[in-house]
Amino acid sequence: MAATVGRICGAGLLKSANGASVTQISSFSTSREWTRGRKALMGTLGMLAGGTGALLFALDRSVKASDLELHPPKNPWSHDGILSSLDHAGIRRGYEVYKQVCAACHSMRFIAYRNLIGVSHTEAEAKAEAEEIMVTDGPDELGNMFKRPGKLSDYFPSPYPNEEAARAANNGAYPPDLSYIVDARHGGEDYIFALLTGYCDPPAGAVIREGQYFNPYFPGGAISMAQALYNEAMEYTDGTPATASQLAKDVSTFLKWTSEPDFDDRKRMFIKAVGIFSILIALTYYLKRHKWSSIKTRKIEFKPRN
Amino acid sequence: MALSSTIYNTIFKRTSTFALACGISAFFFERTLDLGSETVFEKVNQGKLWNDMKDKL
Repeated sequence: MAATVGRICGAGLLKSANGASVTQISSFSTSREWTRGRKALMGTLGMLAGGTGALLFALDRSVKASDLELHPPKNPWSHDGILSSLDHAGIRRGYEVYKQVCAACHSMRFIAYRNLIGVSHTEAEAKAEAEEIMVTDGPDELGNMFKRPGKLSDYFPSPYPNEEAARAANNGAYPPDLSYIVDARHGGEDYIFALLTGYCDPPAGAVIREGQYFNPYFPGGAISMAQALYNEAMEYTDGTPATASQLAKDVSTFLKWTSEPDFDDRKRMFIKAVGIFSILIALTYYLKRHKWSSIKTRKIEFKPRN
Repeated sequence: MALSSTIYNTIFKRTSTFALACGISAFFFERTLDLGSETVFEKVNQGKLWNDMKDKL
């Protein structure tokens, strides 16, 4: 190691600095300046290395550009800001869309009716929603399973008893569970919105088999879900005009909430953290200045003996 | 300086009163911070929250 350093820097680093000048000592440097030739060499080498890296990166990216995948455009969601909460009226409308359109094929196993309370529904409304479904419960004292109306603690019903039944009913394709779908797809709610509104005729060359539809936002393009949202496909209870894009926006907001039920709490906690940390930082800065003030204002005097 | 010396003599001088003052002020500090941050959150998101929409149902 010492030999290598010595060969590169010259002996300057290793020798004790006998004839070192005052300026050298004051800059604490014992290495010699590079010659012009060496600087030019090193500069060229550095540029070559950087250029090669950039070229390799560009070649790699150009290979990836062959993916036939259309990325969803970014939409200005009302919950996009760092302090912005979800739009709760949108969540409520989105629940209506889910219940009347999506729930025909998609399950939502991890959301219970009690989760709606204080988010999109009052307790009485959530109870009424739960009572609309029939749940298999039991066993009773005779060991038989029985049906009862849903309770607040029940989870959303699944349209199919298991995955095999779902595949059999949907041409072999499995409608995914929608509980965490926004976090489970690249692009999040933008992807959901683009997918729901992005159906179009297949371009020439696209292979669409029986029971499949073309959607450029779906990886591969061939999707087994038919377009579900049309203008006036359903009616909102709050009277909002039910255009296809409104339906898609609301259900995307609803799915964002089901994927991240902690969304609003996270924003609240962020505001709180900013508040407390700004106080703590100010306090720390003052304390540092206070403790160092005696050292920073100290003068050291050097008196030679003679 | 009379006020600061009064505060010093009644609160900061003895550990017992100092610790008590810490506890009590922590309670009020946290309540204030909670309320303050909640107010900011509600101000920023006015019209989007459950509390704003539940009366319109």
